[in-house]
Amino acid sequence: MIAEVGLAALWLAAGLAAFQSLLMILALRSDVEVAKPMRVVAMLQGVLTLTAFAMLVIVFARSDMSVALVVANSNSAKPFIYKIAGAWGNHEGSMLMWVTILAVSGAAVAWFSRRTSERTLLAALGSQAMLALGFYAFLLIASNPFARLFPAPADGQGLNPLLQDPGLAFHPPTLYLGYVGLSVAFSLAVGALLTGEVDSRLARAMRPWVLAAWVLLTLGITAGSYWAYYELGWGGYWFWDPVENASLMPWLAATALLHSINVLAARGALKAWTMMLAVIAFSMSMVGTFLVRSGILTSVHAFAIDPERGTFLLALLAIYVGAAFVLFALRGATLKEGAPFELVSRETGLVINNLILSVILGIVFLGTLHPLFVEAVTGEKLSVGAPYFNAVAGPLALVLAVLVGVGPLLSWRRERRPVLAQLKIAALLGVAALAITIILARDIAILPRLGFGVAAFLATASILPLVGRNPFRAPLATWGMVFAHLGVAVALAGMAANSAFTSERLDVARPGETLKVGPWLIQLEDVTPTAGKNWTAVEAQLRASRGGGPIILKPQTRYFADPVMETNEAAIDTFWNGQLYTVIGKADPSGGWQLRLWWKPFVTLIWAGGVLIALGGALALVGRLWRLRQRRGASAEWRKERYA
Amino acid sequence: MKPKNQRLVLLSAALLAVLVAVLLAMWGLRDRASYFFTPADIAAGKASEGQPMRLGGMVQQGSITHDPDGVTVRFVVTDGKATTPVSFRGIVPDLFREGTGAVAEGRLERGTFVADTILAKHDERYMPPELGNLAAEHKVGKTLKK
Repeated sequence: MIAEVGLAALWLAAGLAAFQSLLMILALRSDVEVAKPMRVVAMLQGVLTLTAFAMLVIVFARSDMSVALVVANSNSAKPFIYKIAGAWGNHEGSMLMWVTILAVSGAAVAWFSRRTSERTLLAALGSQAMLALGFYAFLLIASNPFARLFPAPADGQGLNPLLQDPGLAFHPPTLYLGYVGLSVAFSLAVGALLTGEVDSRLARAMRPWVLAAWVLLTLGITAGSYWAYYELGWGGYWFWDPVENASLMPWLAATALLHSINVLAARGALKAWTMMLAVIAFSMSMVGTFLVRSGILTSVHAFAIDPERGTFLLALLAIYVGAAFVLFALRGATLKEGAPFELVSRETGLVINNLILSVILGIVFLGTLHPLFVEAVTGEKLSVGAPYFNAVAGPLALVLAVLVGVGPLLSWRRERRPVLAQLKIAALLGVAALAITIILARDIAILPRLGFGVAAFLATASILPLVGRNPFRAPLATWGMVFAHLGVAVALAGMAANSAFTSERLDVARPGETLKVGPWLIQLEDVTPTAGKNWTAVEAQLRASRGGGPIILKPQTRYFADPVMETNEAAIDTFWNGQLYTVIGKADPSGGWQLRLWWKPFVTLIWAGGVLIALGGALALVGRLWRLRQRRGASAEWRKERYA
Repeated sequence: MKPKNQRLVLLSAALLAVLVAVLLAMWGLRDRASYFFTPADIAAGKASEGQPMRLGGMVQQGSITHDPDGVTVRFVVTDGKATTPVSFRGIVPDLFREGTGAVAEGRLERGTFVADTILAKHDERYMPPELGNLAAEHKVGKTLKK
């Protein structure tokens, strides 16, 4: 019954999306008064998909084994929280979550948005509905999450144990909110291109949505990186895996958009440019969804085994991206370019930021898709990994990080002051950091060495916008910028420290023996069996010390029965100056155990930086919303006085 | 700058960015993409020594041995037509065993494939992508399982 309610809600939502698309055409063609019904329909559609999603969660929570999706991805012995999370830990469920966020964003725009012109808003709601319509069709035709199974089996096949982790409960929803939140920017851009009202008013309306999506995307990527770090037991934080790249590409585009939208909001310039980025950002979200969900990454042939889904998603992608680009080509040229600016100005700084981010995006995009192109054309199989991405995108990212320190000091329109003079101290510190690494650590690679220098420079330079003024009277958005740019410096320092100073030890130890890694002496005390709700494990007890009192770490290898699988549970201890990371491997015939130990100085700065960047975005968001509120209040009062 | 010129400059900058990205990517991909080889390819001399690559196939029955250091494992990968010896220093992945599929990343050194990473069958639903294809083309998976 619950599954049927969910399915019915989904069909109704699809019907409303179709209706909403028709209303949009009406709204654009004539002066028919459709504004009110349009908003209501958009909100209803959001409520209906939310209902469908809630039904799926209930079905999973109850372990209803008559639903095919539950059987394939859940098991009644699973801990409750993973039963819930299992609802989106699979293809159909995650696509339903995707559509739910799309529809709820549309509803939120209908509810909150008052700043855009009515016509642009209606066109944007229509665009959002058309986006949703395609994905409803995909769910209902090719990926029905509520399909029943008859006869119902006694129990389910379980969830991939790697996914049985608190990270799963929060990581995909956060990432998806970011991914799909960008659809609002896409729809607003499409709407504004249709009505021709691309101006600073639109930019101010679009900015909070972009900020919110970008904050969540940043958090999602940071959390995903940490999840891979501790759950896979490989000690790495980024693998340039295509699935990771699929989340990085929208982030890069959204970061560019976030900066150019400020130019549009403040100066009315970069109109076509900003609209293009808004279209590209969500297109990258759709490309990412296609890459992950079509199975094409696992293999071009897996795509052929399940052609319906892959072809369906590819068709949707082609239609939406193609239509948006055609619209852009038709309307982009008719946009009047806004206020002019000189060569040395904040605007130029932001254009350079956008160009470098776009080049990095292009490099990641081409590297990720290259194996698909090659296999489709020549049949040859290959993979593109860290060596390519680090070598090609890494230096560009460093150049960008240097410029991040300079850009915020420039003033709008034209800069006549000697800006570089303000950067003396920062540059001095950067060079000092570089010199220290050359003296103290002779044999580290060039990229991490430069990374230290750039991080020291940027950490100092990023604070400068608050220097020389009362920092408490600076707008929240400025604080947000400072935090985010500081976060970049912090993350960069963490990456450089990790690749320059990590010590690794892989060896066999018998109980009682001691291994040395970095400053640590680690003794294997014992290896014992242990068990959890749906797994058994062997657990090592390690006593680690470096002068002070010893600490105990307990890495495990877990064995799951449903489905059969082993996972490594690394034991990690965090200190102010780094992390000790321990993994237990296989038993040795001589009675010893393989141990893999890492001492990773300052590795935590990577994720701390990610969180700082997101925090900066959140501060800016609060600041912008506050200002919008104040303005609205002020204009309402003004109107009241005038018409009283 | 006049608005019209400004737009022209911006447009050329955007096109230049696309061009730079494409050129950089082409340059980077020329020698940094690692190709996938089967033991038969290596026997035919298609792979050159020292170049980063991936090797895929089935782990031959009875071929896994451990070195005295306890952390180096040696085994033989086969695709039914030819075999390649592999050595790997590290913790082998979950469910790495004889008779199952594996993909190794590394390079050829004097006829032995020295692996940096081994990707094995992750769970019963996962198949290393290249092997899915292999099994479909040559039915290696089935013949070896028997």
